[in-house]
Amino acid sequence: MSTTKLIVPEKKRITRRSALKLAGAGAASMFAGPGFVRYAQAQSSEPIRIGFQVHKTGIGAAYGKWYGQTTDAAVKLINEAGGITGRPVEIIAEDDATDPGRGAEVVEKFATQHKCDVAFGTLFSHVVMGSAPRAGELKLPYYVVSEGHHVASGKLNRYTFQPGITDVRSQVISMAPWIAKNLGKKVTMIFPDFAFGYDHRDYFSAAIKAQGGDVNALIPIPPTETTFSRYFAQIPADTEVIYHVMVGPAVLTFVKELGEFYGGSHPPLFGFIDSLESVSLKSPGLEFLEGSYFWEAYPRYAGAKPTEFDTFYRGKVGVDQYGASVSDANDVSTYSHMFGCWETLYIIKQAMEAAGYKGPDDRAKLIEATEAITTIPEGNEHPQGDKIFNGKIHQVFGHQNITQVKGGVGELVYRTTIEEGMYEPEADYTKMAL
Amino acid sequence: MTARIVLLHGAMILALFVAQFVVSDYAVLTITRIMVLAIYATGYNILFGYAGLLSLGHAMFFATGLYAAALGVTRLGLAAPEALLFALVCGIVVSFIIGLIALRATGVAFMIVTLMFSQAAFLTILYFGDITRGDEGIVIKDDQRVFSLLGTPMNLADPVLRYNIALAFLAVAIVLCLIVVRSKIGHVLVAIRENENRTAMLGYDVKRYKLIAFVLSGSFAAFAGAAYALLFAYAGSTLASIQYSINPLLWTLLGGAATVLGPVLGTAMMFLLVDFASSFTSASLLFVGVVLILLVLFFPKGILGTIRQRWWRWLP
Amino acid sequence: MAGLRPGHPFPSCTASLLAFFPHLLLALLEGTVAAAVLALSALGLSLVFGVMRVVNVAHGEFFMLGAMLAWWVAKMVPGGPAMGFVAALIVAPLLVGALAFVTERLLLRRIKYDPEATIVATIGLMFVIQQLALSVFGADAKAVSAPFTYRIALPWFGFSGYKLFVVVASIFILLAVWWVLAKTKWGLVMRVTQFDRETATAFGIPVNQVYSAVFVAGAALVAVAAVLIVPIQQAHYLMGLDPLLMSFIVVIIGGLGSIKGSVIAAVIIGLADGVISMFFSPTLASIIATLAVALVLVFRPQGLFGVEPR
Repeated sequence: MSTTKLIVPEKKRITRRSALKLAGAGAASMFAGPGFVRYAQAQSSEPIRIGFQVHKTGIGAAYGKWYGQTTDAAVKLINEAGGITGRPVEIIAEDDATDPGRGAEVVEKFATQHKCDVAFGTLFSHVVMGSAPRAGELKLPYYVVSEGHHVASGKLNRYTFQPGITDVRSQVISMAPWIAKNLGKKVTMIFPDFAFGYDHRDYFSAAIKAQGGDVNALIPIPPTETTFSRYFAQIPADTEVIYHVMVGPAVLTFVKELGEFYGGSHPPLFGFIDSLESVSLKSPGLEFLEGSYFWEAYPRYAGAKPTEFDTFYRGKVGVDQYGASVSDANDVSTYSHMFGCWETLYIIKQAMEAAGYKGPDDRAKLIEATEAITTIPEGNEHPQGDKIFNGKIHQVFGHQNITQVKGGVGELVYRTTIEEGMYEPEADYTKMAL
Repeated sequence: MTARIVLLHGAMILALFVAQFVVSDYAVLTITRIMVLAIYATGYNILFGYAGLLSLGHAMFFATGLYAAALGVTRLGLAAPEALLFALVCGIVVSFIIGLIALRATGVAFMIVTLMFSQAAFLTILYFGDITRGDEGIVIKDDQRVFSLLGTPMNLADPVLRYNIALAFLAVAIVLCLIVVRSKIGHVLVAIRENENRTAMLGYDVKRYKLIAFVLSGSFAAFAGAAYALLFAYAGSTLASIQYSINPLLWTLLGGAATVLGPVLGTAMMFLLVDFASSFTSASLLFVGVVLILLVLFFPKGILGTIRQRWWRWLP
Repeated sequence: MAGLRPGHPFPSCTASLLAFFPHLLLALLEGTVAAAVLALSALGLSLVFGVMRVVNVAHGEFFMLGAMLAWWVAKMVPGGPAMGFVAALIVAPLLVGALAFVTERLLLRRIKYDPEATIVATIGLMFVIQQLALSVFGADAKAVSAPFTYRIALPWFGFSGYKLFVVVASIFILLAVWWVLAKTKWGLVMRVTQFDRETATAFGIPVNQVYSAVFVAGAALVAVAAVLIVPIQQAHYLMGLDPLLMSFIVVIIGGLGSIKGSVIAAVIIGLADGVISMFFSPTLASIIATLAVALVLVFRPQGLFGVEPR
């Protein structure tokens, strides 16, 4: 009902909205100052919930511990600097027991019960394979830190990314040129008889051939094996390089027995640090590794002249120059993998801010913003080195490192260019519907 | 079949149907999973609870269904319902053959024989890694899970559809189990469990009945495996490992062996326990272990078994 | 062409024949060590399973605990690996035996050794021990130094002297256990209880106490086995599954209640595995070995030397 007597000209009428705006501006101006501007601009101070799928138990437990430590350090830093889009980051960690079935359940939990914005952190390939389909169905952006080739292969879905760690194919092919040039062209490969090992077998065989070399023996070892001497007998006498990538607790036995078998004279050894993550190279029985070479994604020994970014990163995470915990020198970290958590969290931040992410309705924008990332510069946010992200295959490419064990410590011998690890993309996720 | 029994089991199924409208989204997803695995446990119970034969190798039947369905859909171009039937047939065949051999052993020897066959199956999956991709497994893509039933298109990625399909399957499993248990076959199996020699002397062909139980049990497992692969889009060798042979035993014992609904209850309980524990501790395994020990001390016949013993003697 | 050491002195035309012998020798040596490891791990179980007829699913975890304690003691004790080894040989069986005692009293006795309940209870115990080991010792694999390192250098390959020591030690331990069972009063009491529990009670034998003693002895034996074996392998909180499975297989193939059977089964399985995998790919060899075990049991369910209980 209108009351003509109280007609007030429009411009003078104070509506609730305008009153609020005034009050808001007043409040904002009260808080005006360098640090507070961001909070005033925030849509809400609701935290950004990131589901952290971590291997707290099961065969991946050693990695899980360090993934957790690195994640906590990164999140602390991100929140100290104001969070993501001005909102604090909250990590919700769930143990998947390194089991694909449980991993899928955890993804469901993140999406429906914890109402996470995104999920991240899965390492073991088979767990990624079991969990990623669920993430795709639930439309939950899923950032894995796995180094498996599955993301780049196109077998997964448009919601799954690997922007913080390089994949095994890239790692393997980038090693071939250096090995062929410096160690030898006749290579014997010892690898575990399952998917991870097959990736090494297939990609390295092709890569070494391209260098004019050749794999003269393939020795697959069943994953349940506990004793290895009988396999060494199959190594041909004219082998120039032994390439080994054994994983699991039995690696210690593997190296010990290799030493017992060969004694003093043996062909040069080239291994992948995956075998010895979280194990000290000075452990009893590993003396045989002296002088051998390792691929490391991120050398655990800082070396004589580390970058300021590496020193900063180590300080925040709590590891010393040898990659061991600052509180216990015998507690060696999984240095070549855990940086992936740090860098992935910063990529999530970068993508969310580029997309202007406000909530789960913006997930599609987040996917596209992630796909749009191209060059990633080295820095405190990416201490392992500069990288290039391929939005079509959702996989990042970076530098790889070769170290040589001298006095129980891996000294850097060669750092690859990013191009040496590149390969033709096999898929294009951007063409899939969201 | 008495009215009480029909009412109880019918009420259970109805309750599960209604549940999807009242519980959270997360619970809907978890219960779907529980229902599929409960089919596995129910089948296991026919052999273990009723016939008294402890198999440590049922993961091989679960895996048979799992891979038959996954490979059927990804490599043989079958549609989801066809893959399910294909997997069931494979399960029946495989459990029949294995049963013929394994049932010649008894007692602890039978335990180890089933364990060994299951290990061999697990290793065979790894051996043919080029097809099965070993532990990494097979991912079933979205377009392979779309099919049409009586003209309407259905997408297995839809949680509501998935829940109701799982419920339908579980209902069928429970009804089948009830029928078997209350029939002559069921009674003979219990007689075999209690005293095999006497049953043989009474003129029953013990071997035949054991084989029937074995094949039924293996087929349920294979069907559950196929459903699991199709509903959750993944098949991997971890699902064929010893852990997945121990699980149905655990679930059955927890819920109550030799009761029809025991395995369903046991499966649900284990899931809840693990979930509950992991919300406040990273040592969820410890919590589960302690609960198991306590259960065994105070409810040695499993939950429903104890209930049957003390109050509801008519529980099948 | 497969050869073993660089610079093999024999000409290539005879190399294929001569390369076979070193391969075989290595396979036999490795097989003997494997047999010793199997026999040692299974010994405790053979005793417990044979006398008490209970399936202790936590048997592998007792082994794991023995190995972890060996590592921990070696870390705590100054004076080098030999001192640590001897100390572990005393500490590990004591602590693991104590755990077994508590388990038997508080758990197994209360459920009256009911077969199904024991399985569930020991599965629960397995989870508990695994998780505690993870929390206390951590998730990484731990290397334990052998008390002595001596590399036997053969012309074709080197072999660890300690491994042969383990073979000798296992023979010694097996003989000692056999002697106790066959020649002492304790052994007689155990065998009687195994043979017929009711009659044993009628003769005044405190069967419950015998069970207690046997369970503790079994656990102590497996801990000793672990201390001996861990320098050849490594300690890891999930390592218990393999010894559990292998021990059961060995005990059942050998025949319940027969230590001799277990030993023979261990020898056959250990040697066969090594030799078979010379001719087939390892995974295929495992498949064959696994099926062979199954078929042995199908046609001879009581095992090789099984003693049927009354």
